Amino acid sequence: MERRRRARAGRVRGAPVIKRAPPAVDRGRSFAPGDAVRVREAYPPGHVRTPFFIRGKVGVVESHAGRHRNPEELAYGRPGDPKLSLYRVRFRQGDIWPDYAGPAQDTAVVDIYEHWLDPAEAS
Amino acid sequence: MSAHDSHGPGHDHDHEHDHGHDHDHGAGGGGHPPGHRHPHQPDIEDRPPTHYMLMTQAVGDLLIAKGIVTADELRRTLESIDATSPAAGARLVARAWLDPAFKGRMLADVNAAAAELGIDAGGIPIRAVENTPALHNLIVCTLCSCYPRLLIGLPPDWYKARAYRSRAIREPRAVLREFGTSIPDAVELRVHDSTADLRYMVLPMRPAGSESMGEGELASLVTRDSMIGVSVPRVA
Amino acid sequence: MAEARRKPTHLHRHHDMGGLAAGPVARDEHDYAPWEKRVDAILRLMADPARKIMTVDELRRGIEELGPGVYDELTYYERWIASITNILIEKGVIGVDELGRAMAKAEAEWSAAAALGPDACAVPR
Repeated sequence: MERRRRARAGRVRGAPVIKRAPPAVDRGRSFAPGDAVRVREAYPPGHVRTPFFIRGKVGVVESHAGRHRNPEELAYGRPGDPKLSLYRVRFRQGDIWPDYAGPAQDTAVVDIYEHWLDPAEAS
Repeated sequence: MSAHDSHGPGHDHDHEHDHGHDHDHGAGGGGHPPGHRHPHQPDIEDRPPTHYMLMTQAVGDLLIAKGIVTADELRRTLESIDATSPAAGARLVARAWLDPAFKGRMLADVNAAAAELGIDAGGIPIRAVENTPALHNLIVCTLCSCYPRLLIGLPPDWYKARAYRSRAIREPRAVLREFGTSIPDAVELRVHDSTADLRYMVLPMRPAGSESMGEGELASLVTRDSMIGVSVPRVA
Repeated sequence: MAEARRKPTHLHRHHDMGGLAAGPVARDEHDYAPWEKRVDAILRLMADPARKIMTVDELRRGIEELGPGVYDELTYYERWIASITNILIEKGVIGVDELGRAMAKAEAEWSAAAALGPDACAVPR
């Protein structure tokens, strides 16, 4: 039993070549100003730049804010490739917070990376 | 990040941090008159060094001993941190108030507009968001403390603290009232959460009563807080 | 199954605090102490184009991974130097043993300077 476990451990030790985990896929520039988008409702445990409060919310792309090395990769010492599109997305405060206390026209703009956004019907 | 933080296209991650804070808040102090200095802080400055102060000293010493940085580089970096203040941002705002063409260029590209005035705004793209009679802008970083340090200096403590980071996005009008700023209900209040790879500054509205002022005098009206959006410039 | 039914609020990290309940904004300010600026300067030098030893993204990740208790317990620049130091150790730029020795040396220098009087302090604080 002990010998068999050692043999297996020996085989494992040398064998697998660990490929780099795939970063988020670059989808180019899928969205244009005015497009309705929904922020993915995802909760990965690592370093991300999409604030918790905005996940699952629907907003409108205000502008494309350039392509940047992926901070979710950079944060772990990796190169940050491929670069990803970053968008400034505008939300109605009342759509983020059901109990928002201010007037209906108040808004929030959050910078969100492409891979966190899906197309949406305008709300 | 701060903390922070950088990553413009092809650029490196140093920029958010090359900027410092001037003890003399100059044109930008949050409610402090120009030239105001905070008092000596005996509780901080006269106590034995803490664990993290010693860590800071030791890490710097080791980096120098290993030749990774030189003592001169460290000194010059500290000097450049001390040299930044809200005065740089205030100059941009005053110029934009006086020169519509410059304002247009500033709204298109703050970093390039700053360079026109000889101000190094660093490599992180900074966006100016313009207040109008129908729109008031407020800046927060809910995830950390992203801030246009080269144009406004190091951020104030409250900008980095839980209360502001939690509440500015959800109840901005209540937070503004705590700063003595009341935005009419007819005006759209727009909060910018600066969490990724851009930095934001507010281009405030030129206040009534400043019509005869020159550029330097106008710049003196532009406080740090008015470029974050928690206050608006006023003629005293 | 209990895990699967957890509300998402249990899954977001401590630093991600937009929209949470909090008290009034405390508007007291302090001048940055010399040691705090030294932290800022170290980060800037580590991240500059000449060195590229670490990124600000790594700084942020390291701060987030301090965990909720430490995040709240430490001051802003304490979080920074804790994160910077961990990352420099991980990357092999500095070693645990030499760091411990350098901290002991810094403390000894402070004690010696303190014994000489207030104008002779060797440790930038």
